[in-house]
Amino acid sequence: MAEASSGGSRFFGPSDRHLLGIQGMHPSRIEPILDLAESYALLSRSRKTPRDLLRGRTLINLFFEDSTRTRTSFELAGKRLGADVVNMSVAQSSVNKGETLLDTAATLNAMRTDLLVVRHSQSGAPALLAQKVDAAVINAGDGTHEHPTQALLDALTIRRHLGRLEGLTVAICGDIAHSRVARSNIHLLTSMANKVRLVGPLTLVPRSMASLGVEVHHSMETGLRDVDVVMMLRLQKERMSGGLIPSAREYFRYYGLDQRRLDLAKPGALVMHPGPMNRGVEIASQIADSDQSVIREQVEMGVAVRMAVLDRLSRGGRS
Amino acid sequence: MSTCTVFENVRLIDPASGLDRQGRLLVRDGVIVGHDLPDAEGKPEGAEIVDGQGAVLCPGLVDMRVEIGEPGHEYRETVKSASRAAFAGGVTTVAVLPTGSPPIDDPAMVRMLRFRGEEPDYVSILPYGALTKGCQGAELAEIGLLSEAGAVAFTDGNRAIASARQMKLALTYAQAFDALVVQHPEEPTLAGGCATEGELALRLGLPGIPTAAEAIMIARDIRLVEMTGGRLHFGHVSTGEGVELIRQAKARGVRVTCDTAPQYFDLNETAIGDFRTYAKFSPPLRREDDRLAICAALADGTIDAIASDHAPRDPDDKRLPFAQASAGGTGLATLLGVTLTRYHDGTLSLSDALALLTCRPAVLLGVNGAAARGGARPVGTLAAGAPADLCLFDPDRAWQVIAGELPGHAQNTPFDGRALEGKVMGTWKNGRRVFGGAA
Repeated sequence: MAEASSGGSRFFGPSDRHLLGIQGMHPSRIEPILDLAESYALLSRSRKTPRDLLRGRTLINLFFEDSTRTRTSFELAGKRLGADVVNMSVAQSSVNKGETLLDTAATLNAMRTDLLVVRHSQSGAPALLAQKVDAAVINAGDGTHEHPTQALLDALTIRRHLGRLEGLTVAICGDIAHSRVARSNIHLLTSMANKVRLVGPLTLVPRSMASLGVEVHHSMETGLRDVDVVMMLRLQKERMSGGLIPSAREYFRYYGLDQRRLDLAKPGALVMHPGPMNRGVEIASQIADSDQSVIREQVEMGVAVRMAVLDRLSRGGRS
Repeated sequence: MSTCTVFENVRLIDPASGLDRQGRLLVRDGVIVGHDLPDAEGKPEGAEIVDGQGAVLCPGLVDMRVEIGEPGHEYRETVKSASRAAFAGGVTTVAVLPTGSPPIDDPAMVRMLRFRGEEPDYVSILPYGALTKGCQGAELAEIGLLSEAGAVAFTDGNRAIASARQMKLALTYAQAFDALVVQHPEEPTLAGGCATEGELALRLGLPGIPTAAEAIMIARDIRLVEMTGGRLHFGHVSTGEGVELIRQAKARGVRVTCDTAPQYFDLNETAIGDFRTYAKFSPPLRREDDRLAICAALADGTIDAIASDHAPRDPDDKRLPFAQASAGGTGLATLLGVTLTRYHDGTLSLSDALALLTCRPAVLLGVNGAAARGGARPVGTLAAGAPADLCLFDPDRAWQVIAGELPGHAQNTPFDGRALEGKVMGTWKNGRRVFGGAA
């Protein structure tokens, strides 16, 4: 079926070859992935994953941007399903020798890759690759555009803890403007009838973001009131050297998650973070380590969600 | 034990409330109790009586743009000597620019300055915070933490924020703290000279600064304010083109305000005469048509405040070839007198002139009411409950400015020799007399 689909089809689903983003993806195509991922989570815990599912398949982790946890997560997901996993990072690749993205694509194609996991600093780079390769392309984060598997693993974590994925109020806090994680989460959560609030300083959360169908808040005190989930984002150091915020201490003073602010959320509200955390910058240590924090479970669900995605995307070729 | 002072036989002018009439004022324990109190019979026992002899009693002046030598240039002036100059000029509150050495870009520095001003013998200090770290124009300063420490507004002083992106970020970021950003309105790449570009600069052979350097920066920043929804104040505007842009922006509802300084409505470029460095300013003194345009903008309300732009300089800073000499002049002691020239020539009513020196700058800095910024004392008002910061002056009494005999240490006035009408008879801070003998 996948072979029959058009090359321009962007989204995951019965007839889609790639996972490039959450935007435009219907909830009816998200739920089955989460269901599958949930079963993989249980199988992973009992160490009984189907190691023969992707036997003979090749998965290349093509990372143009440094990442340890996402790359490792995809690597584990592939190995738990029996795929041959190869990691290519930009430091060792011919990109540094001047090869264009499309030449890289042609090279990888010639190697008969089945699954291509791509991270790139430029928004749209995985989509460009997807047009040129036969492999299924999975966006592992492109620029400030999307990080679809992160949104899926966040959704799974929420669903497991709160029992549902609709009618919730979720605050996403921090550097929204530069966050692909935030964008993917906004698309997923709003498509499933949740309320999303974006919280952060005006320089990192422009008012114009309200056009994404969310509420925009510039104060944690109003933004966190009665929310079911608090999602913190990592504050990049470049935001300070770039002049968008003055200092880490000022950031934490007004936008850091501490107990006082978390108390404004609903009792038992979940605290999430895509990692890696800056303790004392966007999140207080005691919150990161508290019972309300599901940050470590997010990592676990990350592997499960990626297994589900690899499984689904390779079904066409498996028939 | 409470102490009382009754000001009798005074003309009370409180522009904040529109009050202007003969009356009395009762002060108890440093706080204004009320007008026309006590009634004629019942003076509180032991009350000190101040007979104003018909002079004007108004709120102590609020000077929203002042440099003092501290920290870093104590040889030019200290808080102590600036206080003498301020009190002699009826000024009880000064907003101090952050461009000392070190720059005021750390909350501890803001607190240090504020606490200096809380000493009873010293003028009240409202510190500006640096808008960018080190006033270098590159990275935002900690606007939130500085606000909490008591910074009333944010500026890099006489350094314009040159980068449009930086100004956009500042206007954007400051909104979360309702912080006022203050810009020095000169496009720096055009402002490398030392006198207004034109015939005079040409004859003197001095590198010129076009008047358009101001308009270009004001036009750019107005556009940025509209884009960000922020709030911006232009310090010491000096050109007709500049104030016209602000006038039009205000009419459109853009949140911009501005102040000017006495030298820009009382002097023109001819004051630099034969390389007179005491009349060197930044921005430079302008042509006569610009001076008249500033007067008109004062009269129609486009200009929101008059600030002294006090800048103490040592003789060694000034006794240099014109282009190398330091810009700036003292202004605390002459602020009221020079401003009143515009009352005496009919440009402004007395109440409007005082509004530009009291309640209007207090409103701009957010220190006018009970909800004053950062817990600051409400100033610029004679309302009951406000601290008794008062200025008693005779608007018609003449005096002459003589450099070398001005109160305070710094003597670099551009108004040397000028005869002024309007003399301060007494100044009170928190109900305590800090200037003037028996009135």
